[in-house]
Amino acid sequence: MKKSVGKLKGFTINFLPYSEIRDLDSTKRIRKVLDIILDNSILILQGRLKPEEETRLIEDTMSMIGHLKNFKGVELAVISGNGSNGFFGKMRMRFANAISGSDFGAITIIGPATIVREIKRNPKKIELFLNK
Amino acid sequence: MAIKIMKNFFMRVFSNIFKKKREIKLGFYGPPNAGKTSLANRICKDFTGEEIGSVSKIPHETRNVQFKEQVEIDYNGKKMMFKMIDTPGIATKIDYEDFLKYKMKKGESKKRAKEATQGVIESIKWLDDMDVVVVVLDSTENPYNQVNITIIGNLAARKTPVLIVANKIDMKKSDIKRIEAAFPEYDVVGLSAKYGTNLEEFYESIFKLAKKI
Repeated sequence: MKKSVGKLKGFTINFLPYSEIRDLDSTKRIRKVLDIILDNSILILQGRLKPEEETRLIEDTMSMIGHLKNFKGVELAVISGNGSNGFFGKMRMRFANAISGSDFGAITIIGPATIVREIKRNPKKIELFLNK
Repeated sequence: MAIKIMKNFFMRVFSNIFKKKREIKLGFYGPPNAGKTSLANRICKDFTGEEIGSVSKIPHETRNVQFKEQVEIDYNGKKMMFKMIDTPGIATKIDYEDFLKYKMKKGESKKRAKEATQGVIESIKWLDDMDVVVVVLDSTENPYNQVNITIIGNLAARKTPVLIVANKIDMKKSDIKRIEAAFPEYDVVGLSAKYGTNLEEFYESIFKLAKKI
């Protein structure tokens, strides 16, 4: 059955703590992320996906374009928070990240391109531009 | 025993004469319209007389991975053999309506969008096969783009040597410093693929990186 992503009537912001995906394998993790996005939601994920999961997400997204009505892809941005905590702060962060396999200080924002037109970022701020 | 030694000696001599020089697989990665094909064309034209692919102002002109084998770069008395691999631009979204702005017809735009999505998937699949990668960024654009970060993050995870090229330095809005600040742990070479500016520094950096593999 062909799924379809409807025209924008509204959207929700969905916060996902890392604990929700920690025990999932990469395939299930990406599935979970995509399910939220396909539900017309902007996902705010605690932590970040692994680099190979990020590319896998892009691949899966690309293969959906043209198959799901009105789906044009995603906008995503990762804000990494381990920049200026001093030497010991950085060490603690690296230790926590090594144990968990994820960047705990990071936040990932992913939204469907039908809702999120652009995510502009620079080291100090992040701006979400939504489609009218 | 003596016959075996002689046989090994001749085998080595002849295989060295006839075998092709080892090619270093040099990939060109980056977001759409950063100038990957323009740079690959410039290098291929200089050393083989032929180009690798067509360029256009319309994004996603390269929709298939393109190769040029046996490209011997001869710079400052040093020579190295490369296989040039030009990849389609990586994006997280593709909307056929964006192509309509370039006066393309609807059917043609839809076809281009479909091919572009397949091109992105192909580019990602090729990440595993590269020896050295040149990440080409448009120096007039904001470098804090997740596609750039994802590409470089993936190459770092694979321990693939990376050179970042800040292309389009001939443009007024070009800002190499912004790219250097975004990726402080990488070498950044500013150049203009269109006009062939500062290619010497590019070749120097590529030779340096190629020695690491």
